[in-house]
Amino acid sequence: MLNIGQIEEGFVLDHIKAGQSLDIYYKLGLDKINNTVAIIKNVRSNKMGKKDILKVECDIEMLDLDVLGFIDHNITVNVVKGGVIVEKKALSLPKEITNIIKCENPRCITSIEQELPHIFVLTDPENEVYRCKYCEEKAHKFLKKY
Amino acid sequence: MRHLMSPLDFTTSELDALFDLACDIEKNPKKYAHVCDGKKLATCFYEPSTRTRLSFEAAMMNLGGNVLGFSEASSSSAAKGESVSDTIRVISCYADICAMRHPKEGAPMVAASKSGIPVINAGDGGHQHPTQTLTDLLTIRNLHGKLNNFTIGLCGDLKFGRTVHSLIRALLRYEGIHFVFISPDELKIPDYIIDELKEKNATYEEVIMLDDVIDKLDILYMTRVQRERFFNEEDYVRLKNFYILTKEKMDKAKETCIVMHPLPRVNEISVEVDDDPRASYFKQAQFGVYVRMALIMTLLELEVKDA
Ligand SMILES: [Zn+2]
Repeated sequence: MLNIGQIEEGFVLDHIKAGQSLDIYYKLGLDKINNTVAIIKNVRSNKMGKKDILKVECDIEMLDLDVLGFIDHNITVNVVKGGVIVEKKALSLPKEITNIIKCENPRCITSIEQELPHIFVLTDPENEVYRCKYCEEKAHKFLKKY
Repeated sequence: MRHLMSPLDFTTSELDALFDLACDIEKNPKKYAHVCDGKKLATCFYEPSTRTRLSFEAAMMNLGGNVLGFSEASSSSAAKGESVSDTIRVISCYADICAMRHPKEGAPMVAASKSGIPVINAGDGGHQHPTQTLTDLLTIRNLHGKLNNFTIGLCGDLKFGRTVHSLIRALLRYEGIHFVFISPDELKIPDYIIDELKEKNATYEEVIMLDDVIDKLDILYMTRVQRERFFNEEDYVRLKNFYILTKEKMDKAKETCIVMHPLPRVNEISVEVDDDPRASYFKQAQFGVYVRMALIMTLLELEVKDA
């Protein structure tokens, strides 16, 4: 049973693959807000063995579902209002993501033109493959280590 | 407005229409001599590629149009730090269509997204070079008579060869093509291309020696084996002769086999083969002009009414 006690309004992200919560924390821009954020790592889970959970006190409008869908569409998004879960949002793979990850190809035009948006397009939904819109280099979802 | 970024941008039926037009241009050049009167092609080449640039310029001139442009980055505004997006916006005021070559992958696509005129990718790094692939397809269609049911041997550097990878992808849209990959182990076709072949249920074989398979090929596509691709000089010296096409090897090839090469060649086809009627690489360069003429007309949506 989830304890969402201290959150009045915000969201609880459940079923995050163990170890990915920090990456999601940064990709959602949660390091830039001043509200309560709880990062809970390595929670025991019947379904997953181990999982991470993120609890965020914030305006629910600020959650970018595309970013979450890109990272892992199996994450459960619980929307909290008045201290209780009022909605579970389903995630899907976004067709296109902009400025979430950078193209790592040193021969890509984005490597010399800094003002270009880094756009990745879903080219193979079955295998969840995203490619750079410009050079078609495959996206690497989790490159950064924090 | 349409651009050409990849050879797969056109459907196979659109390609058929393009190749039909190229064939008609070949037969009736006069009919097309003024179709681009008053139009201008900008050749924006951020790295030198004289052959490709001249082919585009000849194509536009044959259609009665004019050309302007630059042939390397240092003589363009890029040297002053102008972005590709800004450059194409300006070029759009000067010309009706643009052929862009750039060392960085995706640069022509960036240009196309901001352009007021059709943009043709004339080569972007190791990524795409669609007019080369269209040239290859037109050559096969014209000299072999069809784009399906044949055995094609691709010989030489199959690991790094962008031209070869593009051609394979383009051919995978046609029926009954058997691929024979001829290369040293060091330069074998990459796994991701093999995966695409398997996905499309195409048949293929990989061999080391050209001599072993040359007799069954309908088309032989030669590429250069570069010394710098080998880890050591010994391997290069040991292997290089296997990948040089000689008169002696040609004696074993079919009477109808056509020999192609994207050019420029260095020594991978000995000059004694040039007079063989099956040697098709200089015809290929001629088809390159026709296919670019057809492409310019198609992207500018120009037609010639039969008199
Ligand atoms: Zn890229």
